Amino acid sequence: MRFWSAVVLLCVALSARAELTIEITGAGEHQIPVSLVRFAGEEQMTGQSVSSVVSNDLLRTGLFKLVDPAGKVPHEPSEIAYAEWPGVDALLIGKVRSLDGGRVEVRFRLMDMVRQTELVGLAVTAKKEQLRAIAHRVADLVYEKLTGAAGVFSTRIAYVNREGKKYRLVVADSDGFGEQTLLALNEPIMSPAWSPDGKQLAYVSFERGHAAVFVQSLATRQRIMVADFPGSNSAPTWSPDGQQLALVLTRDGISQLYLARSDGSNLRRITFSEAIDTEPNFLPDGKTLLFTSDRGGSAQIYRVPVEGGYAERLTFEGSNNFSPRVSPDGKYFVFSHFVDGVFYIAVQDFENKQMQVLTSGGWEKKPSFAPNGKLVLFATESQGRGILATVSSDGRVKQKMVAQRGDIREPIWGPFLKQ
Amino acid sequence: MKKIILGFVLVNLLAACASEPAKEEVSEPTPAPTEAAAPVAAPVEPAPTETAPVAAAEPAIPEIRSAYFPFDVDAVQESDRSAIQAHGEYLGNNPSAKVRVEGNADERGSSEYNLALGQRRANNVKKLLVLSGAKTSQIETMSFGEEKPRATGHDEASWSQNRRADIVYK
Repeated sequence: MRFWSAVVLLCVALSARAELTIEITGAGEHQIPVSLVRFAGEEQMTGQSVSSVVSNDLLRTGLFKLVDPAGKVPHEPSEIAYAEWPGVDALLIGKVRSLDGGRVEVRFRLMDMVRQTELVGLAVTAKKEQLRAIAHRVADLVYEKLTGAAGVFSTRIAYVNREGKKYRLVVADSDGFGEQTLLALNEPIMSPAWSPDGKQLAYVSFERGHAAVFVQSLATRQRIMVADFPGSNSAPTWSPDGQQLALVLTRDGISQLYLARSDGSNLRRITFSEAIDTEPNFLPDGKTLLFTSDRGGSAQIYRVPVEGGYAERLTFEGSNNFSPRVSPDGKYFVFSHFVDGVFYIAVQDFENKQMQVLTSGGWEKKPSFAPNGKLVLFATESQGRGILATVSSDGRVKQKMVAQRGDIREPIWGPFLKQ
Repeated sequence: MKKIILGFVLVNLLAACASEPAKEEVSEPTPAPTEAAAPVAAPVEPAPTETAPVAAAEPAIPEIRSAYFPFDVDAVQESDRSAIQAHGEYLGNNPSAKVRVEGNADERGSSEYNLALGQRRANNVKKLLVLSGAKTSQIETMSFGEEKPRATGHDEASWSQNRRADIVYK
C-alpha cells in the first residue's frame, strides 16, 4: 500500500475568483520526480500563475512527484547547476512577460536533468485572458514528453449545475475552472453529450414541459431541437463519426433506443423490448452500442449492434449497473455500480469480462473517460452537495473538485480538440 | 362512484342488447339507448350515499392526485387503484377535462434510468385512467425522473415521497 502513503492536499486559492477547491488523494506506483521553478515575471502578472496551474495539472494525475526547488531559481538552461538537482528527472523553467495590447508571452523549457538536454521548449503569445489555457498546453507537453501519453489538460468538460430551481448547462476547463454557461433554465437539464469534434453538445432540457433533446453549438450558441415526441426524449449520444445520434424515446410506449441523424431526421428504432432500454453509448467502431436495460429484472449493462438484434448482457455483479461509457481505445467500459445501497465507479474489461471497482463508494454516478483513457470523471457528493471527482483508470489516484455554489451533476469529459 | 360506472356500463350493454333486435324496426335504434339509460340508472340512485356527487351539477375533481410506488416498481399499487379510478371516472364524465400525469422516481439509479422509470409509472397510471373511463386524448404523460424531488434527503422517508406519479389537471 505504498502508493496510499502519499496523500496530497491541495487548496487552490485564487482570491476573489476562487471557484473550486481541489483535493487529491493517492499516487501512482512509479512517480516521475519533477521540479517546477516559478516562472520569471509571474510576480508582475495579476491573476493566474502559469507554473502553479501546470503543477496542479501534473499533481492531479498522480504520476508525478513534485520536488521543491528549495530556493533555486534558474530561468534559462545556462543558469542550471545540474549537480544541485539530485533525484530530479525533469525540470520546468520559464518566463512570462506582458506585451502591448493586453497580450502575454510565455517561454518555457523542459529539461532532462539526467542527460542535461532540453526535452521541449516553446514560446507562446496569447491574450492575457488565455493564460490558464497556455498553462494547460504547457502541462500537456510536459505530460506527453514524460509519460508518452497525450495530455488532457487542455480538454474541456461539461456538466449541469443545479442551484435551487435554477439549472445551468456549463462547459469548463478539465480542472473545473473557467466555467461558461451555455444554457440557464428554471427547468431541469440532463445528460450533456459532446460531439466528437468538441464543437457541439447534445442534451436533454425540460423547457418545453417534458424531456426533449437539443443540439447546441458552443461557438455560435445556436441550437436545434432534435426530438420532442410526447412523453420523454432523452439520453442523446453521438456516433464516433459525428453523423448520428443514438437517443431514447417513449413515443412508442416504453423507453427504447433509436438512431437518428444529428439533426433528428431519419429516425429509426433499434431495440424492441418490453423493458426500459436507455443510456446508449457507441463503441469506437461505431457498430455497437452499450446501454442500460432492466429486461433481465434489474438494471444491467448490455450491448447491441447499431442495426439492432441480439442484446448481450455484460454485467452480472451488484444489484444494478448503470450509465456505461466506453474507453477511447474500446477495450473497457466504465459504469456506475450499485450494491447494498451504495454507488461505486467500476470499470470492466470487454475481453476477460473482469470488473474492477475504482472508488470507495458513495453517491457516485455518470462516469466518463478522459480522451486519453487515463482518468475517469464522475459526479459524487461531499457534505450534501453534488461535486465533480476524478479517479485514475487504475483506481490509484482520486481527486475531488468542490464548486463554490450549487450541485454539480451529469458531468462528461469532452474530446481532444483539433489544433 | 365505481358502482355508478359499473351501472353505466351495464346500462350501455343492456341498451346495446336491446337495440339489436330493435334494428329490424327501422327508425328506433338511436333514441333507444338513451331512453333505456334513464330508467335503469334509477335503481342505482337509492343505493349508498355515493349518489350525491353525481346529482350535483359540477362534481369536484377527486382529492387524491398522487400514486406512490415501491423501489424500482412501476405497477400501480392496489392501495392507489381506487383513487386513480376516481379520476378516470371523472374524466369520463367530463370529456373536456384534460390531465397531465407526471412520473417521478427516487434518486437510486441513474438520472436516465429514473426518467424512464418515472415515464413508465406515468404510463401505467394513464392505462388505469383509460380503463376507468378516460379517453387517451384527455391524458398526457411525462416524467421528471429524479430531477424534481419533493423531498431531498438520502433516506427512505424522502425516497418514498419521490417515487410518485401525480395527476395534474390543466
